[in-house]
Amino acid sequence: MTDNTTPSDEPLQAIEALQDKEPSKPPRARSKDVWDQFRKHKGAMFGLGFLIFITLAVLIGPWLYQVDPQKIDIRNKDFRPIYVALWDSDARTGWNKPFGSDQLGRDQLAQMIAGGRASMAVGWAAMILSLVIGTAVGVIAGYFKRLDGFLMRMTDLFLSLPILPLLLLAVTLFRQPLRANFGPEGGMFILIVTMIAITSWMPTARIVRGDILAIKEREFVLAARSIGTTQFKIIRRHLLPNVLSPIMVSAALGLATAIITESALSFLGVGFPSDFPTWGKMLADAVVRMEEFPERVLLPGIAISLTVLSVNYLGDGLRDALDPRIRGR
Amino acid sequence: MLSYATRRLVLSIPTLLFISFVIFMLLQLAPGDPMAQVPLTVPPEVKQKMREALGLGEPPLVQYWKWLVQVFWTEPKVFIDWAFGTNMTEGAQRVISWQTRSPVMDIIIQRIPQTLWVVGTAYIVAILIAIPVGVYSAYRQYSVFDQAGTFVTMIGFSIPPFFTGPLLIVIFSVQLGWFPSIYDTTHVVTDWASFKVQLSQMIMPVMVLALQITAQLSRYMRASMLDNLNQDYVRTARAKGLSEAIVVNVHVVRNSLIPVVTVIALGVPAIFGGAIITEQVFKVNGIGQLLITALFANDLPMVMTLTFIFAVLIVLFNLVADILYGLLDPRIRYD
Repeated sequence: MTDNTTPSDEPLQAIEALQDKEPSKPPRARSKDVWDQFRKHKGAMFGLGFLIFITLAVLIGPWLYQVDPQKIDIRNKDFRPIYVALWDSDARTGWNKPFGSDQLGRDQLAQMIAGGRASMAVGWAAMILSLVIGTAVGVIAGYFKRLDGFLMRMTDLFLSLPILPLLLLAVTLFRQPLRANFGPEGGMFILIVTMIAITSWMPTARIVRGDILAIKEREFVLAARSIGTTQFKIIRRHLLPNVLSPIMVSAALGLATAIITESALSFLGVGFPSDFPTWGKMLADAVVRMEEFPERVLLPGIAISLTVLSVNYLGDGLRDALDPRIRGR
Repeated sequence: MLSYATRRLVLSIPTLLFISFVIFMLLQLAPGDPMAQVPLTVPPEVKQKMREALGLGEPPLVQYWKWLVQVFWTEPKVFIDWAFGTNMTEGAQRVISWQTRSPVMDIIIQRIPQTLWVVGTAYIVAILIAIPVGVYSAYRQYSVFDQAGTFVTMIGFSIPPFFTGPLLIVIFSVQLGWFPSIYDTTHVVTDWASFKVQLSQMIMPVMVLALQITAQLSRYMRASMLDNLNQDYVRTARAKGLSEAIVVNVHVVRNSLIPVVTVIALGVPAIFGGAIITEQVFKVNGIGQLLITALFANDLPMVMTLTFIFAVLIVLFNLVADILYGLLDPRIRYD
C-alpha cells in the first residue's frame, strides 16, 4: 500500500474495493421484497383489504345473517334501508330489514350477500379457467416452434371476434340445452363461466408466449436440457415459475373483467334465471323503479364498482411490486 | 408500405370468411323456430312453403353460400343503384329480416346515424379530454393533479356503464330535471332551440361512454409520455435552449402520440360493441339496440349480418392501426 518501512504489527489491509465484507444483513427472500414494495402502494393495500372483506362477507355472511334471500314476505314489501330514517322519519324502515326489501318483500341484505356470492363465484371461476387456457396456449406456442404459427393465428382470430355480441349470441343459443342438463342455475353458471373464459384468454396467451420465447433461450434452460430434463419438466420447473408474475397481473385484470361481463349479461337480461340474485341482476331489476327506490340501484352498483375498483388497484400494485425494475426505488 | 397494406387486406378476407362461417354455424344451432308463431291450423305443406320462402329449405352450407352472395354481391349492387340511379338489382333476393320482412341492410342504414352521432361524439370528447390530461399528469408525475387523474381513471375503468347510466339518470333527470332520460331519435335539428334539445339529450349517453374511453386513453397517453420524457432527444432539445412549452408540446407529445393513435384506432370497433349497453340504458335505437332486439326476437339474418359487421369493423381497424403505426413512425419498417 504505502512505502512505509517501519513494520507494524497490524495485519496488511486490502484496498477498499478488494475487501471481503460480511454481508451486514442476511439475504432477503424475493417474496419479502415484493411484499414491501406492494405495501407502499396505498391503493393496492386498500384493494387487497376490500377484496378480502367482500370475499369473507359473501362466504361467511349467510351464517351470520340467516335470512333466506328467496323468502317472499309480501306484507313487509318495499322497506327502505335503515339509514333513510335519518332524514325521512315517515319512510318504511325496520331493524329487521337493514337494507330494506324489494317489491316482493325479499330481504335486500340477504340478496346482496347471495348475489355477491354468485358474482364472485362466476368471476373467480371464469378468471381461473381463462388463465388456464391462456397460459397453456401461451406456453405451448412459445415453447414448441411448430405449433407457434397456428396457435398465434388462432389467438389473432379470437381477438378479432366481436366479444359482447358473440357472448350475447352464445348465451341465448345454448341456454335451453344446458339448463335441461344441469338445472337452471348450474347450467347458466357453466355457460357464463365458459363463455367468459373462451372470450378472454387471448391477452394472457400473448404475454406468456412473449416471456416464454425470451426465457427458453436462457442458459439455465439449456443447462436443464443438457442434463436430460424432459420437456414437460422444463416447462413445469423452469419456465412456469418465471412467468408467474405476468400471469398474476393478468389474473387480477381478468377477475375484474369477468365480474363486469357477468353483470353486463345479467343487466341485458340474458344472465341467471330471474329468482337467482346476482349484483347485475338486482341492478337491472331495480332500474325501472329507481325514482322511488334509488338504493336498490345504488347498493348493487356500488358493490360491483368497489369490487372491480379494488381488484384493479390490486393488479396495479402487483404489477409495480413484481417488476424488478421498479422494486426497491 | 403499399405492398404490406395489400397483403394484409388480402389476408383479412379468409379471416372474415372464417368468422362469418363460425357465426353462421353457431346460429344454425339456435333452438328457436321462426314458424313458432304461425297458428296450428295452417296445414304442414303451407308451413313448408313459408319456411322455404324464408330461405330455410336448403341445407346449411347452401344457405351460407346464399348469404355470402347476398351480402357481398347483391348488397353492393343495391348501393350502386341507390347512388347512381342505375337498375341492376331488379327483383334480386336481398338479406331479409324475419321480424320486419324488409331488407336487413335498409334497417341497419336507418339505425347507423343514431349510433354514429352518440358514439362518435363520445369518442371525440374523450380524445379531447384524455390527451391533455395524460400529457399534464405525466409532465407533473406524482403531483396532486396526477394522483387525482389516476384515481379518476381507475374509477372510469371500474364503474360499468350500466351503473353510471342509471346513476346519471337519477341525478340529472329525476332529481334535477336538467336532461331527458330517453334519447329521442325522431328529433330533427332545424333551429337553435331544437339544437339545444338535441344537445341536452346527447349529454348523458355521451358522458357515460366518454368516461370509459377517457380512462383508457389518458392512461396510455400518460405511460407513453413517461417513456419519452426521459429520452436523450428531450435533453438535447432543452440543451439547445428551446422553451419548455415547445419541448413538451412539439417534441415529446408528437412522439408520444404514435402509440396512442393506434390505440384510438383499435378502440373504434370496441366502442360499437360497448355502446350496446349504453344504447340500452338511454333507449337510443342504434345498432347495438337493434342487435339486442333481433337476438331476443330470434331474427337470425339480422343477428348474423350485424355480428358480421362488427367483425368487419374489428378486422378493418386492426389493419388501420397497423398501417397508421407504420406511417407515423419512420422507425417501423414492414417490408
